[in-house]
Amino acid sequence: MTVKEDKLTALAVENMPDENGFFGEYGGRFIPPALESIMEEIEQAYLEIRKDPAFIEELAVLNKHFTGRPSPVYHCKALSEAIGGGQIYLKREDLNHTGAHKINHCLGEALLAKRLGKKKIIAETGAGQHGVALATAAALVGLECDIYMGEVDIAKEYPNVVRMQILGAKVVPVGHGLKTLKEAVDAAFEAYLADPVTQLYAIGSVVGPHPFPMMVRDFQSIIGREAREQIQEMTGKLPDNLVACVGGGSNAIGLFSAFLQDEDVNIYGVEPSGSSLNYGEHAATLSLGTPGLIHGFKSYVLQDDEGNPAPVNTIASGLDYPGVGPQHSYLKDVERVNYEVINNDEAIDAFFRLSREEGIIPAIESSHAVAYAMKLAATLDRDQTILINLSGRGDKDIDFVVENYGKKYGIE
Amino acid sequence: MNRINQLFENKKNNILTVYFTAGFPELNDTLTILKSAEEAGADIVEIGMPFSDPLADGPTIQASGDKALENGMSIAKLFEQLKDMRKEISIPVLLMGYLNPVHRYGWDKFLQQCEYCGIDGLILPDLPIEEYKSDFKDKFEKIGLSNVFLITPQTPNERIRMIDELSTGFIYMVSSASTTGAKSGITEEQEAYFNRIAQMELKSPVQIGFGISDRGSFNRACEFADGAIIGSAFIKAIQKSGSIDVNVKNFISSIK
Repeated sequence: MTVKEDKLTALAVENMPDENGFFGEYGGRFIPPALESIMEEIEQAYLEIRKDPAFIEELAVLNKHFTGRPSPVYHCKALSEAIGGGQIYLKREDLNHTGAHKINHCLGEALLAKRLGKKKIIAETGAGQHGVALATAAALVGLECDIYMGEVDIAKEYPNVVRMQILGAKVVPVGHGLKTLKEAVDAAFEAYLADPVTQLYAIGSVVGPHPFPMMVRDFQSIIGREAREQIQEMTGKLPDNLVACVGGGSNAIGLFSAFLQDEDVNIYGVEPSGSSLNYGEHAATLSLGTPGLIHGFKSYVLQDDEGNPAPVNTIASGLDYPGVGPQHSYLKDVERVNYEVINNDEAIDAFFRLSREEGIIPAIESSHAVAYAMKLAATLDRDQTILINLSGRGDKDIDFVVENYGKKYGIE
Repeated sequence: MNRINQLFENKKNNILTVYFTAGFPELNDTLTILKSAEEAGADIVEIGMPFSDPLADGPTIQASGDKALENGMSIAKLFEQLKDMRKEISIPVLLMGYLNPVHRYGWDKFLQQCEYCGIDGLILPDLPIEEYKSDFKDKFEKIGLSNVFLITPQTPNERIRMIDELSTGFIYMVSSASTTGAKSGITEEQEAYFNRIAQMELKSPVQIGFGISDRGSFNRACEFADGAIIGSAFIKAIQKSGSIDVNVKNFISSIK
């Protein structure tokens, strides 16, 4: 095997992480001992069920009949035509039951919790998409569910709060610090530590201690596997470019994982540069962070000089996190994925552009990917393609967008 | 022999350890609290290095950490405050904190400073044992620094044996699978766990922490272990109005 082939093989999903949960130097398990044995238990259970035909079948049936998979791939002809460059395609994770990709791993984690005999499943949520998906999965399999959510996000994403409550989940407001996603993770960890035996912490992204980055990625990798077939069927070739937004990075790794060894596929992860790239005004962790530890794993971290996680800010609650998945940290270092930034205004512009050109209202998070893809498309020839992971729908964001940006787009 | 070993050599039971956060209630209270605690008869002091995301700590310690960070506390500042500590303090002093701030400060510099100031041990709840063995054990032992490991009701016996082998100071027995914070009383379940550990006849001394808040719970814990650690309740006592020195001494004499 050549050096290049070796390098590509190393990127294969089945070769990452290593047995201790490391992707290169990132990942691992840096947690208080009260959680160590619980994480080992979860890891063992997951390694068993992922090979268990009964589990695989149960999840496949739910993916098809409950979530509505496979989600379609859609060619944005009007938008591509208007830009006059590359052809933009969307992987429509926004059409999943509950409106985002999060349901993919929540079903898996809920089934795992049930198998482990847990009574309750708990998690943090930013935009509320993970919370809604987990509350849905909990209702489906018959588990109690507590969702920790920052008070700022509760106000901003209120429809999702009500949705979780209708589904029978308890939404626990988190009022410390900036009252957003990082603090919600802190609170969920604290609740988990208080009772790691009867609860399972179903972390909402490819972050946290091993095995979560691996497990959530595996459940999300269905996005990439489906998209790989679909786009080839539609265009007769692999996509030339992939684009996905990155907060923790679950939707992005879900799409990217099926293409990491295809060196001709350019891959772009898009982080939020918020209102500016000044300290505290963005959440562009891979672009501006440095290696560190956060919430029990090693990754790029936005941090202050003393090693405390830095304040973050973006209009996309689901991307508002000072850490990022360890596999993304690795993919940055080996230069397999390019990490780019999109600011608040560009994301809102894309939000309206996709809504008005194609009749699809994207989540603000996904709008970051759309915005970057639009820029990229303008530089490409017409026979080149971009596949965007449209990770969620924008229904949850309409009140916030209209209140803050409506006027600029003709909504009084 | 370092001060921790000396202490456990000379005193076999009722060892009282108090924990407080550096730079709290005010930035420059660290040394005052340390001195008062020694004068009042504390056997060991643990100083917390504040961190914004302390996964193992409950609300009281978290709030004290937030206030300390607001006061401008940092690892660099702490070493500055402790540089002449050994002119006045003779009891063992440990630092407790999380990995990321230490990484950020720089391990080599951190260990140099620990040696210079006369720190006897470290408690780093998110440092994995494997990492300790491969990267830190030799460096710690070279400067006589004890690494204190935590065990919980969920820690398997074989792991406890491994920790016992690796420990050069004492083992920190977390009384329940929870974060820190003064919960009163010791349950039957905890008692069974304490007995299980006692029966293992570990070579290292054991101290019980988490949930010890007053004389009753301290004495009860000491029936099962060499001593006990009081954190949240001590922090609550020192943040009361009035003289810190008096508050520290009143609290410690209420325990002993």
